[in-house]
Amino acid sequence: MPELKVSAIKEGTVIDHIPAGKGLKVIEILKLEKLSNGGAVLLAMNVPSKKLGRKDIVKVEGRFLSEEEVNKIALVAPTATVNIIKEYRVVEKFKVEVPEVIEGILRCGNPNCITNHEYVTTKFYVISRNPLKVRCHYCERTMEEEEILANL
Amino acid sequence: MDWKGRDVISIRDFSREDIEVVLSTAERLEREMKEKGQLEYARGKILATLFFEPSTRTRLSFESAMHRLGGSVIGFAEASTSSVKKGESLRDTIKTVEQYADVIVIRHPKEGAARLAAEVAEVPVINAGDGSNQHPTQTLLDLYTIKKEFGRIDGLKIGLLGDLKYGRTVHSLAEALSHYDVELYLISPSLLRMPRHIVEELKEKGMKVIETTKLEEVIGELDVLYVTRIQKERFPDEQEYLKVRGSYQVNLDTLRNVKETLRIMHPLPRVDEIHPEVDRTKYAIYFKQVFNGVPVRMALLGLVLGVI
Ligand SMILES: [Zn+2]
Repeated sequence: MPELKVSAIKEGTVIDHIPAGKGLKVIEILKLEKLSNGGAVLLAMNVPSKKLGRKDIVKVEGRFLSEEEVNKIALVAPTATVNIIKEYRVVEKFKVEVPEVIEGILRCGNPNCITNHEYVTTKFYVISRNPLKVRCHYCERTMEEEEILANL
Repeated sequence: MDWKGRDVISIRDFSREDIEVVLSTAERLEREMKEKGQLEYARGKILATLFFEPSTRTRLSFESAMHRLGGSVIGFAEASTSSVKKGESLRDTIKTVEQYADVIVIRHPKEGAARLAAEVAEVPVINAGDGSNQHPTQTLLDLYTIKKEFGRIDGLKIGLLGDLKYGRTVHSLAEALSHYDVELYLISPSLLRMPRHIVEELKEKGMKVIETTKLEEVIGELDVLYVTRIQKERFPDEQEYLKVRGSYQVNLDTLRNVKETLRIMHPLPRVDEIHPEVDRTKYAIYFKQVFNGVPVRMALLGLVLGVI
């Protein structure tokens, strides 16, 4: 089956190779449902993929990602690639990567952790990438994928 | 490793070499304390003990340690009597208290509070228990007790008995023991087994771990039996607590076929997991263990203050 074609965008970001079913989560963590520039957001779900079998794709018009956002995507969709589009062309393309230390973007799932009670920038050490597992710098509790997604 | 100014937050931060430094310093201070009674290393230094949750034993042990080093102590024993009650943040409390003290000992009901305090404070911070997370000085005094009794830690067979699921002290002790060449026996009712991720971590570090529900089958092998209490307050569900309450007890009968050199330890306080008749046997060393907290805490205070 040929890969599904979705209309091109003039300027913006295409997040490709998202594991099937995680596209909505990517939209959610990037808060694209409230895109303020009036640009279009396209979500393609369950698209056939040579690499992944099935994948999701998110295209965002007129918006680029911060490093923090790229790191967030890595936690949700570690296989994702980010394409930066200018004048209908891919001007930059890179794979997301789970950083060794995750600072600020994740809440601790331990309700009794000091970070949930006091103003503290959270910090987690990645102790395993596949499956994803992180340890809180403060309370030392570990979180696995499901809990991480719930606390992004 | 430069000890002056160092924080003591988690046993995870300690290498075997670090542990050995603390144990040998404690040994030296205990000897000097016996010879001279009062030491002067921390003369003019002030310790602040911030107990946001009461723990009289731990606080007294730290205060005793500081006094024996010749230093003095300020602090509070309950958050409800301090400005914390008025809603002051931990950050602000620490920034204030460090103006008065050279070293801070903190006990706090929230996990991670000690780490945060250490990041905020310019003076060294020692964790005296943060929620169900860490209590590193307890682990160090446990190791000191074992070393004192046997002259070594390597080569011993060590059994941990009781609530291995929620017991903070046994988690840390097991982790610290993974630096040594010991065989670890994990003895508990099946509902209270050591969490899987901890057992896996220990095995990955090359430790020999034996899990069992039957104390009588392994007690004859052991050099050390470390008994813990079932802490009702740690159970999320009272039904679960009721199922395991009183499910094990060490008494004279239990001790019929043990090694002459067996030593029984307990972090105290106990409820009914060790019968009082055991106290009179040569095996019981849990009150010595309490005493050992003082030289170990003296060593830590002296090291982080940079005075010994
Ligand atoms: Zn935490």
